[in-house]
Amino acid sequence: MTSVLYDAQGPRAKRRNLLYSALFLVAFAAVLWWVFTSLDDKDQLAWEKWKPFVHGEAWSTYLWPGLKNTLKAAALSMVIALPLGAVFGIARLSDHVWIRVPAASVVEFFRAIPVLVLMIFAVAAYSSYTDISSDDRPFYAVVTGLVLYNSSVLAEIVRAGILSLPKGQSEAAMAVGLRKNQVMRFILLPQAVTAMLPAIVSQLVVIVKDTAIGGAVLTFPELLASVGPMSAYYGANTIASFTVVALVFIALNFGLTSFASWLEGRLRRGKKSTGATVPPAAVAGTEAAGAGGGVTV
Amino acid sequence: MFDFLQGYDLLGAFWVTVKLTVLSAVGSLIWGTMLAAMRVGPVPLMRGFGTAYVNTVRNIPLTVIILFTSLGLNQTLNVTLGSDNFDTINFRLAVVGLIAYTSAFVCEALRSGINTVPVGQAEAARAIGLNFTQVLTLIVLPQAFRSVVGPLTNVLIALTKNTTVAAAIGVAEAATLMKSMIENEAQLGAVSAVFAFGFICLTLPTGLLLGWVGKKVAVKR
Repeated sequence: MTSVLYDAQGPRAKRRNLLYSALFLVAFAAVLWWVFTSLDDKDQLAWEKWKPFVHGEAWSTYLWPGLKNTLKAAALSMVIALPLGAVFGIARLSDHVWIRVPAASVVEFFRAIPVLVLMIFAVAAYSSYTDISSDDRPFYAVVTGLVLYNSSVLAEIVRAGILSLPKGQSEAAMAVGLRKNQVMRFILLPQAVTAMLPAIVSQLVVIVKDTAIGGAVLTFPELLASVGPMSAYYGANTIASFTVVALVFIALNFGLTSFASWLEGRLRRGKKSTGATVPPAAVAGTEAAGAGGGVTV
Repeated sequence: MFDFLQGYDLLGAFWVTVKLTVLSAVGSLIWGTMLAAMRVGPVPLMRGFGTAYVNTVRNIPLTVIILFTSLGLNQTLNVTLGSDNFDTINFRLAVVGLIAYTSAFVCEALRSGINTVPVGQAEAARAIGLNFTQVLTLIVLPQAFRSVVGPLTNVLIALTKNTTVAAAIGVAEAATLMKSMIENEAQLGAVSAVFAFGFICLTLPTGLLLGWVGKKVAVKR
């Protein structure tokens, strides 16, 4: 095992590593012990507080309806944001300055603004200018905010996907006599889509995480918002509720992330594509946290 | 035109946003560096811990973490972080939540920087007789730091925008003020424009400046 940082280990290094492992274990155990005693002090480990999650009653009453709303908002946002993002991404690659510059400014504008600010704006706009009922308003606002932000991020992904193709593709297409929009429609976009798929799936993780903002600030009844009524009903089991909700989010997003990397590996080896993929990290602002970022956050 | 701004502490709200950003940035740089060191180090146990931490925290929404600091840590477990003032406690809790979350992304950015250094560089350095410390400080880390500016900039910008999530636990920052201003003033367009402009002023120059620095210092391969 050689890496950039260290060579294969000899007996002395192995002994030293064992010592480090032992020290780390002791520190980790101390932290765990502190967590457990403080939870126990506040009686958060009592079986009554965790029972509803094991017996399934909490799932059907609180968690599943919340999760359904989370998934609904995320899926709808993705479905609307993807075509919008494709249009803006292609517009940014246009040969005409009067198309390229406005598209670029719109994309940069919405990428610079937090999702929450867009959501707050959307709630107010819907209540002033439309007659959407106040029950539905948070859902519409969350989807609007997510669409505005994520379509600009997806526009960057589309642009990176098209630029990642070998130059010879468009040159050959031009040489065969295809027009500019034919080159884009028949040659570049179909290949770029496969290159972009992993990054698009990763963006879904960002969207799922951002729906929770709507739950906390705009009373959108999604998965996180179920913590309040749940812990009230089951006798202040705040820690248990948060743990279960976090685990559901982790399972969902970890599944999506693993799917994205499996997809990337498969497309790399695939026969049909050029083998080019856009790693999510290559596009600034993907993987970013909701109101946020790519290694990125 | 902008007389509706009177009676509101706009600059104060954005100042809280800036403070949240700076404190969380410093904190997550420290904790993120430690995590990255664990993930690239030779000790399997620490590698496992670093990987588990990053994969867990990255997949939890920041909102869940920040709400947990308030409802879980503060109200259930009575963690006060050395203050008895309600506002100060919430501010500090938000910083703790932001650090815990952002560190995972800082760690990944640093790790990707270390991974861009070709193994041949380190092997060549060892071949001419440099010891471990010299390899690290003279050869590997300088190259890694230079390629990491770009990714870290993205993390910083994301963090700036993420501070708005602190509105969920009542920290008086920009998004909180925006919400109350929109409720009290019949000036939706103007209020939104002011706050959009404020955030653009925070994120765009940062991105442009650090992006330029990143391009300038990056190692051409």
